[in-house]
Amino acid sequence: MESRRKIIGFFAHGLPLLATLLVLAVIGVIIANFVIGGVPAMSWEFLTEAPRNVNTEGGIFPAIYGTVLLVFIMTIAAVPIGTITAIYLAEYAKKSSRFAQFIRFAVNTLAGVPSIVFGLFGLGFFIQTIGAGIDDFHHASKMSNLQEIIVVAPSPLANSVSAPVSEVKQFLRNTDESLWIEQIRRLSHYPDGVDAVVNTEQVMTFLEARSAPGWGKPNILWAALTLALLTLPVVIVAVEEALRAVPQEVRAASLALGATRLETIRKIVLPNSLTGILTGSILAVGRGAGEVAPILFTGAAYSLAELPGLKDQFMHLGYHLYILSTQSVNVDDTRPLQFATTIVLLGLTLALNMVAIMIRSRIRRKNKKN
Amino acid sequence: MLSEKETVKIDINNLSLFYGTKQALNGISMSIPEKRVTAFIGPSGCGKSTLLRSINRMNDLIEGITITGAITFDGTNIYQPGINVVNLRKRMGMVFQKSNPFPKSIYGNIAYGPKINGMSNKKKLDEIVEESLREAALWDEVKDRLDASALSLSGGQQQRLCIARAIAVNPEVLLMDEPCSALDPISTDKIEELILKLKEDYSVIIVTHNMQQAGRVSDYTAFFYLGKLIEYDRTRTIFTNPSLQQTEDYITGRFG
Repeated sequence: MESRRKIIGFFAHGLPLLATLLVLAVIGVIIANFVIGGVPAMSWEFLTEAPRNVNTEGGIFPAIYGTVLLVFIMTIAAVPIGTITAIYLAEYAKKSSRFAQFIRFAVNTLAGVPSIVFGLFGLGFFIQTIGAGIDDFHHASKMSNLQEIIVVAPSPLANSVSAPVSEVKQFLRNTDESLWIEQIRRLSHYPDGVDAVVNTEQVMTFLEARSAPGWGKPNILWAALTLALLTLPVVIVAVEEALRAVPQEVRAASLALGATRLETIRKIVLPNSLTGILTGSILAVGRGAGEVAPILFTGAAYSLAELPGLKDQFMHLGYHLYILSTQSVNVDDTRPLQFATTIVLLGLTLALNMVAIMIRSRIRRKNKKN
Repeated sequence: MLSEKETVKIDINNLSLFYGTKQALNGISMSIPEKRVTAFIGPSGCGKSTLLRSINRMNDLIEGITITGAITFDGTNIYQPGINVVNLRKRMGMVFQKSNPFPKSIYGNIAYGPKINGMSNKKKLDEIVEESLREAALWDEVKDRLDASALSLSGGQQQRLCIARAIAVNPEVLLMDEPCSALDPISTDKIEELILKLKEDYSVIIVTHNMQQAGRVSDYTAFFYLGKLIEYDRTRTIFTNPSLQQTEDYITGRFG
């Protein structure tokens, strides 16, 4: 009897331990694999230089930069919107409010949508609707400008009519030289005193190319906003929980002292849930940094030596890894690069998390003092 | 009822309150005197706390509440449209059943009320903090650690801190909702002494379950039962010679 209990005790204690060790072993093997495979390719050059020779040589700096910038913009977009939504849900919405219930339903649904669907949505909404809309608007305003010019000066710019070169040049300079510079350059091939043929259609095409601000294309901003939509539910849920963790009695005390609802939220509720808000941000960053699907159609680029601005496509570590392992000219030769990229991606995610955790513990310490 | 010598601070007139369709207060009418301690007693669920929270309109925060009748405070009906509830609450300090200090320093707790009311002079704030803590008989215990977290104080100290916080905004009325129910006898003693001192400056209304406490600290006592005001008189009269059998039964512990 006694020995049987001992055996049971041994298993009761041993099995969980074994399971834990198994998990640790798996993680260990994975990391060891990356390190062994990646370290040979790891170098200062790898971390600081742009890729060369169709991604088979050089470094991954643009991808590191792109990933960090992407996550940064995403956080700036998702955390304030998520926090404000959570404040509405936790502090203002009445329990019975249909509208709040609807928002909650929408948030939960959003959390369950596959990430590739977000990617497609980003393409359809941000790029083809918002971005193209901005471009169209700009274009339209420039076109109406052109119409005006044609009306004001019918002679030089009427459809395919001849006018003295000097007159046309003069007119173009008088309107908006930066826009017409190409036309002026063309006209300078004509000697003065000869009639030039100005083709309205050509002018239109030229203008179109010049005036579209180019928002209707994939870029890092649209990719970051798409990613922000994906991480929004994570932020909202985490922040709402943090706000609800602030005891109701403390709010009542503040209100009873003559504080308004907004003052109570700003001075009592928010400072005491700041760590929760940061936890939400950390979760969002962690989730966002690793996702590739949402940026596939909205901004990720195959290989770009230059660092992106807001309107540019960008390289991304996760996408780069995918490219290296499936689309490379030589998958086997780039294997060390793949491993090294993985190490960097993992390291970066870890580093972003560490920064957030450090800020959080600092705030916690400060809160205790005050 | 109220002695003729008293000045009426708050006049409650035919007040009824409903949570949804459930009636919690039923046609309450009473006058609360200035600079006296008025105790609300009665069994759980009799509406005494609800009435207390109606006086500074904290009930506004609860969904689905309907109130009829009037509460007149210094000549103004606080339930008439256009009343500034925030201003009203500044004039009425409130102490809750469970001590609820802000997760801030001791200093930060007291200074919070004056600060949101626009006080930013550091020297003045220091004065207010000291004065309020002295008035709440807590100064000597905490003067060396004003920067320590309020949550590091004992339960009794926390409740006195809450009293200090309430009087820091210089209210006219102090509403206390069972302020000693979670405290040990020694802390309770201290708070009761404090209440007797506070009535020199404030009109105090205290909700209590503790009959002896009502007897010890209050000048007037109102007995509530099932949302109705059963009897309201000088505390001495209520405890020695109540006019209704129901009141006597409750006070002597025969029910409730």
